[in-house]
Amino acid sequence: MKILVCISHVPDTTSRINFSDNNTKFDTSGVQFVINPNDEFCLTRAMWFKEKQGATVHVINVGGPETEPTLRKALAIGADEAIRINTEATDGYSVAKQIAAVAKEGGYDLIIGGRESIDYNGGMVPGMLAKMLNYGFINTCIGLEIDGNTATATREIDGGTETIKTELPLVVGGQKGIVEESDLRIPNMRGIMQARKKPLSVKDPIDANSATQTTKFEEPAPKGDVKLVNTVDELIDLLHNDAKVI
Amino acid sequence: MSVLVYTESEEGVFKKTAFEAVSYAKGLADSLNTTVTAVTINSKDVAQLGKYGANKVIDIQNDALQKFRADAYAEAITEAAKKEGAKVVVLTSTTNSKYVAPLLAVDLDAGFVSNVVDLPTSTKPFVVKSSVFSNKAFAETEIKTDVKLIAVAKNAYQVKEVDGSAEVESLDVSLANIKDVEVADIEKSTDKVTIADAEIVVSGGRGLKGPENWHLIEDLAEVLGAATACSKPVSDMGWRPHEEHVGQTGKPVASNLYIAIGISGAIQHLAGVSASKVKVVINNDPEAPFFKAADYGIVGDAFEIVPELIEKLKAFKAENA
Repeated sequence: MKILVCISHVPDTTSRINFSDNNTKFDTSGVQFVINPNDEFCLTRAMWFKEKQGATVHVINVGGPETEPTLRKALAIGADEAIRINTEATDGYSVAKQIAAVAKEGGYDLIIGGRESIDYNGGMVPGMLAKMLNYGFINTCIGLEIDGNTATATREIDGGTETIKTELPLVVGGQKGIVEESDLRIPNMRGIMQARKKPLSVKDPIDANSATQTTKFEEPAPKGDVKLVNTVDELIDLLHNDAKVI
Repeated sequence: MSVLVYTESEEGVFKKTAFEAVSYAKGLADSLNTTVTAVTINSKDVAQLGKYGANKVIDIQNDALQKFRADAYAEAITEAAKKEGAKVVVLTSTTNSKYVAPLLAVDLDAGFVSNVVDLPTSTKPFVVKSSVFSNKAFAETEIKTDVKLIAVAKNAYQVKEVDGSAEVESLDVSLANIKDVEVADIEKSTDKVTIADAEIVVSGGRGLKGPENWHLIEDLAEVLGAATACSKPVSDMGWRPHEEHVGQTGKPVASNLYIAIGISGAIQHLAGVSASKVKVVINNDPEAPFFKAADYGIVGDAFEIVPELIEKLKAFKAENA
């Protein structure tokens, strides 16, 4: 089985988000970048398929050279090969087109990535890839087993779960649950050393126009001061008469 | 050339977010000087969408679509959009709509923006405002394609009733290209309010000291008709199931009222719940960061305050029933 894991290079969850150039650019100064958490859950599941079922795992990212440490981290966790498509990731549609072009050549049985990235939260790349490649698609996946050519996937639905049986090839948008937080791996020294020698190929982008363009950012309006109350009666009164939410 | 809006239902009954989406589509159609067509799949009482601004309803009734299937739903909605010549397609941000959206975007070759929080800031060029960086910021994004696809964030746009009615037209869809998928099992708690649908969410953190104390959260939620939720450490420690974890890597919350009990307010948690309209914090540590992000707060012991709150709310509900 050949697996491709899509990796987004995103600011760490603890990052404070600031903008520069008159609020037109995300200010990366002082920001620590990581593997998008939803992608890391998926990568960890892919490692399980590698170790238990002999799968080959490639990771892919669309971005400039600054994203390579994130790909190296994925290699240190255990992926076999990394691919970087050398262009700025401008919108989900164009990123999906770039990855689809590479995936078509790769003959992957399973393409897996987070249901959304925590930076732009578009939640579109896995689904678009599935459509472009004519693969099946499972989103919000919280459990995945593969037996031969058959995949059994559990996905989160509003208020519950749904279990689906389908055939490979398949694109999966995953999230926490596909593995647990405690299953995540911190690369050890041996993994980090090996990662330096593993192939990281840089591919030229195809000609793919972006469909959307972000022109301006805005920070949320500052929050007014909290109103501290001393009694439960006062709280109920405020929620009823002031906020009108109960 | 109309605005097309997909109105989601569950077991035939429209969700509140469907009415929000129609109201949004109406606001958008007014600024584009056009009409609203709603498309709906296996829903009952479809003409009611006229009350929220739909001029026409495309009513798809199809046994093959009884269970939700993203590729089949995308194909059905695409067919409706092409038939109408829709230039803008509006969806909600439910789990199923977000599943359909990227498939639809490719089918319609439409630029897609999700988590849209308001009507377009401009229609020429077409620019929408959406929440990004997990609610830590907003972005204004131009959609450059001929057909535009947007998913409206939950609770971002008020339902508005209008004086109008909709003509209903049925549509038979061919569903020629769908893949073979077997839905083996669906597990759903029907007696509980879900975080996605809830108007009020009651959430507990490590300050509750252990899963054995969760009756406080559950009882408070019951009085308020609320959904229950928890912070990330609580779900990581296995005190509560993952589906209750709210925050940046868990579920987003966009309720009218969010009550956080014993949650200090890590930046990831605050991001995930910031779309809620009113936030209440109960915490014994006056320095807890959540107080800076809350509207109302009580500094004190949750084990004393919450039982009192439950009792007094019961009395309040009895009086105001």
